This record gives sequence, structure tokens and C-alpha cells, in this order.
Amino acid sequence: MGALFSFVMVILLVLLAYAGIKAANLQIFFGVVIPYAAILTFLLGFVYRMLKWSTSPVPFRIPTTCGQQKSLPWVKQNKIENPSTALGATVRMILEVFLFRSLFRNTKAELRDGRLGYGSSKWLWLGSLAFHVSFFTISFRHLRLFLQPVPSPVHFVETLDGFLQIGAPTFLITGSILLLAALFLLLRRFLLPTIRYISLPADYFPLFLIIAIASTGILMRYFLKIDVVSVKELTMGLVSLNPMIPEKIDVIFYIHLFLISVLLAYFPFSKLMHMGGVFLSPTRNLSNNNRMVRHINPWNYPVKARTYEEYEDEFREKMKNAGIPVEKE
Amino acid sequence: MAKLPTPDELSKINYKPPEKRWVNTPAEFKDGFWCFGTRPKYLQAVDMPNPREWKPIEDDWKLPENWKEIFLEGFAERLKKYRSFRLFMDICVRCGACADKCHFFLGTGDPKNMPVLRAELLRSVYRNYFTTSGKLLGKLAGAREITFDVLRELWYYAFQCTECRRCSVFCPYGIDTAEITIICRELLNLLGLNTDWTMGPVANCYRTGNHLGLEPHTIKSIIESMVEDIETITGIKIEPTFNRKGAEILFITPSGDLFGDPGTYTCMGYMMLFHELGLNYTWSTLAAEGGNFGLFTSNEMAKKLAYKIYAEAKRLKVKWILGGECGHMWRVWNQYLETWHGPTDFLETPVSPITGTKFDYTSSLKAVHIAEFTADLIKHGKLNLNPSRNDYLKVTFHDSCNTARGMGIFEEPRHIIRNVCNHFYEMPENTIREQTFCCGSGSGLNAGENMELRMRGGFPRANAVKHVHKHYGINMLANICAIDRAALKPLMDYWVPGVEVCGVHELVGNALVMKGEKERTTTLRSEPLPEKEAKENV
Amino acid sequence: MYNGWKILLGLIIFLAVATFPFYSNIGKATVKPEPKIDTPVINELKEKKCVESKEFMKAEHMQLLNDWRDSAVRDGNRIYVAQDGEKYTISLQNTCMKCHSNKKEFCDKCHNYAGAKPYCWDCHIAPKEAKK
Repeated sequence: MGALFSFVMVILLVLLAYAGIKAANLQIFFGVVIPYAAILTFLLGFVYRMLKWSTSPVPFRIPTTCGQQKSLPWVKQNKIENPSTALGATVRMILEVFLFRSLFRNTKAELRDGRLGYGSSKWLWLGSLAFHVSFFTISFRHLRLFLQPVPSPVHFVETLDGFLQIGAPTFLITGSILLLAALFLLLRRFLLPTIRYISLPADYFPLFLIIAIASTGILMRYFLKIDVVSVKELTMGLVSLNPMIPEKIDVIFYIHLFLISVLLAYFPFSKLMHMGGVFLSPTRNLSNNNRMVRHINPWNYPVKARTYEEYEDEFREKMKNAGIPVEKE
Repeated sequence: MAKLPTPDELSKINYKPPEKRWVNTPAEFKDGFWCFGTRPKYLQAVDMPNPREWKPIEDDWKLPENWKEIFLEGFAERLKKYRSFRLFMDICVRCGACADKCHFFLGTGDPKNMPVLRAELLRSVYRNYFTTSGKLLGKLAGAREITFDVLRELWYYAFQCTECRRCSVFCPYGIDTAEITIICRELLNLLGLNTDWTMGPVANCYRTGNHLGLEPHTIKSIIESMVEDIETITGIKIEPTFNRKGAEILFITPSGDLFGDPGTYTCMGYMMLFHELGLNYTWSTLAAEGGNFGLFTSNEMAKKLAYKIYAEAKRLKVKWILGGECGHMWRVWNQYLETWHGPTDFLETPVSPITGTKFDYTSSLKAVHIAEFTADLIKHGKLNLNPSRNDYLKVTFHDSCNTARGMGIFEEPRHIIRNVCNHFYEMPENTIREQTFCCGSGSGLNAGENMELRMRGGFPRANAVKHVHKHYGINMLANICAIDRAALKPLMDYWVPGVEVCGVHELVGNALVMKGEKERTTTLRSEPLPEKEAKENV
Repeated sequence: MYNGWKILLGLIIFLAVATFPFYSNIGKATVKPEPKIDTPVINELKEKKCVESKEFMKAEHMQLLNDWRDSAVRDGNRIYVAQDGEKYTISLQNTCMKCHSNKKEFCDKCHNYAGAKPYCWDCHIAPKEAKK
């Protein structure tokens, strides 16, 4: 049901933008007001969520150790999976953020005739890495619409992206990868019974939204061939804070823009905040140097514990009889 | 007590979740899966809330009138105190990578034992009261109110997690279900909802210093009876000291090593080693417990029970602490002890009096793991070892979850085993080291009434042992954890009969050639050494 | 706030990256490119029309050129029949650039603005233009 609901929501969003432009001529609303509101919500919301997390301390140093600890000099430490220095922890974080190290470990358990086996299972890793890398590349490529003149790194990335040199406008591979990867992530949720069982509307909605964004993008570029010059007039108007609405931009562009705005505004309120959150994860970003440096808990408070004196008072006679030394005879 | 199904019946596990959504499926309390509720006397002994007689299976849990308020206030407080908690409530994307990593899911097939869903049980409550989307959209945002049914479910599943952190290894954000379970249990403890099996040891530990409630003279007599056994086996009389001031080293081990096989054999191994080295160490009858069931209760309780460690080290004026083979004891020491009760300026950075090795890596905690200590001795050739005495054993090593994923001690025990045994084989790689499977009975779940759960939770571990038992004839499962020694024994008897369980230092004790010892005819278990027996029969 | 400076530093980097298009453009007036069609050849034309309509050319010229390339190079067909029935010789240099001899003022204007980098001139020789 979560899936159907999310699907209908995204369709409604598409129709809303379509009707807004076609029937009500709300170009300014969809082309200026909504994008500004969305960007503002995204930025402020993101900062708010990060600051909110930062107000909770990390009382204990609790890295998940995934390799040999630092101990005796002749024992080879795993300096990345069980870091004892800030450098090691940084490298661990880089591997986690850019290469999804932990997901790369993924296995699939299978039970056959009472025997459990564990096969390597890299599809989730591959799918999500493809998804994130292409999403980032596409976002970066879009800078061509927000900068004038277009800087050479943007051209460079686009050239790489179009290395197949198919068709005109050149086929850019990341768009399709994003769409396929998002479909893969969606299909997992439909087809794997356990994943379907845990999925919420909040899991389907962003996927449908991103699929819709990627689809409208592909439609615009390869099929409807909208007027990029006019689009850039609009986008440059937005970023230079001189918003304007050029004539004759196809409605598909407004749908695309609206869906992106929804994604941006939805971002800080959703699980998509894992983008910022992953950096704060105490099981990954701390080094396991607990035995070398004392970790300070800001809310550490004294507790009433049983003291030796109380203990001896209770057991003094028994201790003496057993020949165990006592403090007070 | 519920009848335990046969291993054949039990190993038919269906991993396919039901059609009906989990939010609409209240927890069904199955016999053999849950532990008895704690008796009031234990709660009273340590001033914990809501002491009363109650039965988890009954509908009236005798909760305080304002239990929801207490629960939610506790929830809010912990969100402010623990970044881990707030973050882990927020950032899960439900990718499902953790699902089949949990031994309880693999052993039960119950979807609520998937780490992600176990966390969602609490997350759904979090959304309802602490997030904008949950407040606005309610069910649509996956939020639900805290009701008695939800509370029952939280209780049932918080005690079907051993806080082993295996899921955390695979999570792309490092979400650690152990953190969530620990805090969930804290919240339940605000309402007096602990298990008897956890709370009893806690109460004992507060009064006597150890989980078993052994009083000082009993500890001494237990150790003295081990001394007699050692004399019978080796002909050497050793003389341990208790509460002796001015010793160089304070030795602390879980009380499980003092009571019940095969823990006691491990303890005999320690003492034989120390005697052979002429180590200047003492026992403390108060700090005769490194384990800490407080960890399975609340942070505050764990901190109270851990107080004695440094306090006794200070009182006895020792230089440093040597810790025995225990899993969660070392997790507590590594992750919490010094933060709670440091700094440790009254101690010195540990130095091995035998090899001169300075244990720099523990310059602040000032506690050395005995596996590190012994591995260092062996590396420096300080021990006269005869591994052939262990030739009748084919050994494999079980990494304990706590020392594996809460510390990272992998090579040290293996180095010891390779030097004291001639036949050592590893289990499959997805079941050892950081990917090790829990014994199924950790975090205070090693009771009797939940035996089916324990056998199910230990299924993946047992399965890996079965594999090496079949291929290499493994007959001994070594480990460095007292709960393992207690829990793996019934697990092996159930799943892989013929495999015994031991601590690493039992193997050391067997192989150790002591100065002036008589020719050994038995193992530490007082069983005839097989080759000796064979010779005599000729 | 705990680990404040690290989190703030991260947030500053995040904001600096996320708002880069804004502060690098603020106050800049955007000039919409106007491709010029005032070459001598075009000026002399009686009827100023391209091979297809202006709208078609605006949206589809890249596709048309791509088809032309395939048609000429791969099939050896150098005749293009336009929608109005008129026939043109398929040739970038001799048909297109004959009229639009001002590559810099025509092609490049929009291409540069939109950040499009067609690879026409990897093979073809760009027309030499008189410097203004």
C-alpha cells in the first residue's frame, strides 16, 4: 500500500504542475516562487537537522571494530577497519562515504537442508553506488545551467559522461544509470519479501520521485528537445536573484523543476538526511583509542555505588574467619 | 517449561514474512522465547523502579499509572543524551542489508528479529512523538502511539537481541542495533520491566561484587579447591592471595570462571600460568567479577557495578589490572569504564614483569587482556609449552561478539592457540572475526526458560561449528568469554554433540610445562590424557 | 553543541558548495544570446529560409545534422528532401555554413551559453571568419 500511495502522490505532483502551467498559467509560481521556497527549505532544514544532532553529545566512544585492534607491536593492526588514530578514522569515513565500504561486505544467507551458507552479494552495493554516483554527476552537470560562462570541469564531466558519442544531443550515460539504479532499488522493495515487509511510504516516495525526475529529464533532452537557451535564462535568473520567466518553455520543464523542488523541500524531513547523518555516526567516525585516551562524557554524573567499606562491614567476620585481610580489625 | 523441538524440526526455518503488515501484528509470546519477569526483591536491592510480582505472559503488568509519560520522558532524555540514539532513529533508509545478518532472524525467521525491524519497533514510536512528519502524517509516516501492545512487543524483542553488533558491521551508516536495544531496555527498566535472569545477577553483584552472589570466604574456598585440583594434577601447590595490598597486579575475571565447568578449568589455567611466572598478583574478593549485567539493564546500573574495579585497584595499591577471558567485561572496559570512573592516575602503564613489554596501547585504561599478556609471553619464548598434550583435541576458535566488534581482539588468542595446540582449524570466514556469530545467549539471555530461543539464536554459530566438525573432526570450541563457556556447551550438545567448549587458558594450562611438576596423567578436567592412557594399556 | 567546530566546518563547506551558483552570479545581468543571421549570403537571399522551419531547426538541428552525417558518410546519400519537398545537398560545410558562415556569431553563441559542445569540428574544418 505504501508503494501505491507514494506512486499516486508523485503522479498527483506531476499533474499539479501540468495543470498549474497549462490551465492556470502559473509560470511565476512554479518557475520562481516554488524553487526559491524549496531551496530555502532545503538549506535551512539541512542545517537545522545537523545542528539538532550536534546538540546530543557522544557520551561514549563506541566504534564498531571490524579488524584487529592496535595491541602488541608484532600484531598487525587493521588501521582502517579498527583505527586507533584520527587519520585511520578519516580514511575509514572516506571509504564509507565514497565507496560504501560496509555495504560492500554484504552477504546473502541461505538455508539448505539445515545448513546455512553465506554467499557474497554485491548487487545492493553496486546498485546504490551507481545510483549515488550518477545522481551526483547529473547534479554537477546541471551546473551548466547555473554558471556563465560554463567552467571547464563541467564540460569535462559532460564529455566523460557522453563518452559513447551516440546521437545528438549526445547520449549521457548517467541519466540512464540513475533511472535503472532507481528502478533496481524499487524492484528490490517489490520483489524481496523481507524488504517489502520493512518498506514504508517514506521509502517508496523518494524513489518514485527520483524516477519521475530522471524520466522528465531524459524526455526533455532526447525526445521533446526543449529550448535550453530559454531554460538557462530562467535558471540564471534564479541564481542571480533576477528571476524572470522566458516565453515558450515547454510544460515538461516546469514539471521537472517542480519535482526537484519537492525533492529538495522533502529532503530535510526524511531519511534522505542520511547524507549528512553518515558523517556523524559514532560507530564509524571514532577511532578505537579508548585504552590510550580517556573519552569524556559531558553528562557523566556521580552514582551511588557499593563501597569497599560497606562491603567489609557486611562480611568482616566471614573474611576474618577465612583469613582474608580486612581494613578494620 | 516448553518442550524443546528436535534440531531437525528447529532447523526448518521459513524466512518469508507474513502478508499481514507488522504494525498490525501484535507480538505473540511463544513459550521458550521469553524470560521470566524480574522478582521485586532484586529491584528493591538496587533501588530500581516499580518492584512487584509480575508475569510477562499475563495481561496486567502492574505498570505505574503514568507509565506512558515515564516512557516518553525517558525517551526524550535519552535522545538528548545520546547522539547515537537520535541519529540511529533518524537515518535508517531500510535498505535491508542487516536483515539476514542477525542470528536471531536466521534462527527464528521472525521478521521482527531483522535488526531493521527490531529498531523500527522503537522508531515508529519515536516518529509519533518526536518528529514533525510523524506528528503531522501519523501512520502514513510510519508512526504509532505507545500502547500496551507496543510496550509488550518492545519488551519481547528487546530480549531477543544479544547486543552483538553484527548488524552494525554491515550497515552503511553503522547503525548499531545494540545501542538501540540497550536504550530500549533502559526505558523498559524505568517501568520495572527487566528479566529475572538479568536482574538477579545485578542485585547479587551490587551486594557481593559478583553475579553469583559468592561471599568473600566462598570465593576463597572455591579458589582453594581449584588449587587442590591443580596439585593433584601437577603435583605443584600454588598459593593465590586475596585482597593483598601492594601486589603489582590486580587480576579480575568474570565470576563464571569460578563456578561451573568449563569456566573453572580456564581459571585453573590462569593460576597455573601466574604461578609458573611467579607473578606478583592478587585477587580481590569484591572485584571478583569483571562481567557486568548492568550493561543489560541501564547505563547507570552498569556504571554502579563497574565502580569497584578501579576502587579496588586503588585500595590495594596495585600498579595495573590484568583482565581474564570475558566478552562483555572487555566491551565495558574498552568502551565505558574509564569514561565512567577515570582518570586512572593512581595506576601505572602496564609493563609485563616477565618480558618487559610496555603495554603502551593501554596507557590510559591501564588494563591488559590476558590473551594479550600470554601472547606476549609466548612471542618472547618465556613459556615452556608442550602442545602435544592437547593432541587429542581438534580446536576451532569462536570470536566473542563483544571482544570482536567492541574491541577487535582477533590475533592474540589465535597466536596462543597455535602455540599450545597442534590441531587448529578456522570456521568459515563469514562466521569468524568481525563477522562472528553470537552464541545466542549473550546480554543476559542465558536463562533456562528461553532455551528454544537460545538454541535458535545459536543456530548460525552451531552450524559453522558443525561444518568444521564434519570436515576436520573438530571436538573443541575455544573462546575467550565466560558466557560463551556457559552457553556454548548446551548449544553444542543440542546441535553438534561431541564438541566440547573451553577457554583458551585451559588449553594453556594443559600445555604448560611447569617447573618441578610431576608427569601429568590427566588433563585439567581430570580426564586421563589419551596418549598416556594408551601407553599404560600396552 | 558537541564536536561543534567539526560540524560547523562541515556545514560551512556544505553551504559554500550548495549556494555556489548564487554567490558567483549575484548581481550579474544575464544576457540572452542572439545568434546572428546577417551574413552576406543570407542578406542576399530573396526568401530567408533554412532547409526546415525555424522552430524545427531550433529543436532538431542536432538530430538533423546527425542524420545528415549518417546518410552521407555511411549510406553515400547526399540528397536531403525537406518537408516542403525541396532538395538540398547534404553538406555541413557547403550547405549549412554557406549561409551561416559566421560560426562564432551563430553556432557558438547558443552552444557556449548552454554549455553544449558538439563534436562537429573534430572532423570538419571550421570556416575562417573575418575578424571584426
